[in-house]
Amino acid sequence: MRRPPVQALLIHLALLLYCVLALFPILMVVVNSFKERLTIFSQPFALPTPTTFTLDGYRTLTDGANFPAYFLHSLLVTVAALFLIVLVSSMAAFALSEYRFRLNTLTALYLSVGIMVPIRLGTVGILDLMVRFHLVNTLWSLILVYTAQGIPLAVFVLSAFMRQLPRDLKEAARIDGASEYRIYALILPLVRPAIGAVLAISMIPVWNDLWFPLILAPGEGTKTIVLGASVFLGQFVNDYNAVLAALTLAIVPAVILYALFSRQLVSGLTSGALK
Amino acid sequence: MRKPFPLHLVVFLAPALLIYTALMIYPILASLWLSLNTVASDGRQVFAGVSNYARLFHSEVYAGPFWNALRNNAVFFVIHMLVQNPVGLALAVLLASRVRGSNIYRTILFTPTILSVVIVGFAWKLILNPAWGVQHSLLAPLGLERLDLPWLGLEGTALPALSLISVWQNVGIPMILFLAALIRIPEELYEAAALDGAGAWTTFRRIQLPLIVPTVGIVGVLTFVGNFNAFDLIYATQGALAGPNFASDLLGTLFYRTYFGYQLQAGNPYMGAAVAGAMLLVILIGVLAYLLLWQRRVQEVQF
Repeated sequence: MRRPPVQALLIHLALLLYCVLALFPILMVVVNSFKERLTIFSQPFALPTPTTFTLDGYRTLTDGANFPAYFLHSLLVTVAALFLIVLVSSMAAFALSEYRFRLNTLTALYLSVGIMVPIRLGTVGILDLMVRFHLVNTLWSLILVYTAQGIPLAVFVLSAFMRQLPRDLKEAARIDGASEYRIYALILPLVRPAIGAVLAISMIPVWNDLWFPLILAPGEGTKTIVLGASVFLGQFVNDYNAVLAALTLAIVPAVILYALFSRQLVSGLTSGALK
Repeated sequence: MRKPFPLHLVVFLAPALLIYTALMIYPILASLWLSLNTVASDGRQVFAGVSNYARLFHSEVYAGPFWNALRNNAVFFVIHMLVQNPVGLALAVLLASRVRGSNIYRTILFTPTILSVVIVGFAWKLILNPAWGVQHSLLAPLGLERLDLPWLGLEGTALPALSLISVWQNVGIPMILFLAALIRIPEELYEAAALDGAGAWTTFRRIQLPLIVPTVGIVGVLTFVGNFNAFDLIYATQGALAGPNFASDLLGTLFYRTYFGYQLQAGNPYMGAAVAGAMLLVILIGVLAYLLLWQRRVQEVQF
């Protein structure tokens, strides 16, 4: 579609303006985290210069909080939950898309309830369960809850993709005497884009969650980065250097991860919602 | 010939069904059951019917905060519907016009959405803090000093300000969903419209909008579910007391305070479960309204 150059220019202008709006707060935080306290207040928009550059905030951070450990907890929880989500959801999606059995539709419907009903509403019951099984203040409590939270959408997206695979392939494998488990293993690499999408969609809410870490694992040995940052921010409200440094540390890894996975994320969001 | 029992079916389905049932469906049902119980004078748990809900809706202690949180939640939702989704749609239409670099724009515009709500809330709290002159130095040159207010600290402005922060963060979601729907529209329709001399606005009104109506519904219901379940942003910026003076209290923060207790208020698991039950009820009403009213209407339009 051809358009007059004036129109294209206006579109660029509008999009650029919104990009500024989207990035401004993030840049304010990151840039000012490297500046002397006085310059943060007197010249909030200035870039750090050799005379105003400081790492004071980051120093307070390393003295006052255990950020590397929090980061590790977040990483462990996220990786384990994503692994479990993909494993169990792809198995279920395979069964739902491959076999005709009496309860097929009902099972799919049962699993999709969780797409609409937020798992948080079961917090009271989850906490009870975790107390009973002595899982409070363990990373397992978070891993299991996030796995349950991720299953509905993952099954939905993966089974939509698996239904599109050609039947001949699987039939040929069956004739060659492959077991059903072997066929599942053959299918997995074929739905790699869908798995990438599921990873990307499931990662954001798991990495960013505050609710369950606050309730199930608030202990020092299990704090996630979001909970750790939120506690730290609460304590150091008036130390702008420290607060800005903490915010920067929480923002930058997420943005880097996003830059790496943004394509899968977008394809996942769109296929998940529209298939 | 009878087929052998399909053991592999069980093996494939059991892990997902077990985890999902044990940690999602069962806890939600258990919470609902808890909300129908109370503790008797001898400390035992006894069935109480809907009396917890009656207390939540009518009693002096609970009804005030509950209706306040529900009203605030409704305002929070309406602001998202009026600002977030139209802006998301506008951005999607701009991105779908295939200007150069639209992938880069899209990536940047989605960035706030991937950050933790806690971090976003705190960053905005700093920027809106009058002690840091950012807001002042942005508004003063424009002659808008009158707008240099402690937005998060005033009872009248805290909730709209928080809603707009949430809009700023989440606008990427409707944008991406609308964009996905827009790029599926066949090119021929645009060409036909261009031949007929249709301008951008007419093309949007007559072609794009009608074809993405189903997505409008999905975006609406996702916004509804997300908004009536919100907690992190309020907790991070205003604390569990959802200040000033509960002006930004949502059902999520009310649930947290009721169940776990906060400062002088003692926690009450039964009433906490009742708040969760009320939230579930609100969300189900929204989802059902979408399924029955909106989706049926859309299907009638399409076929």
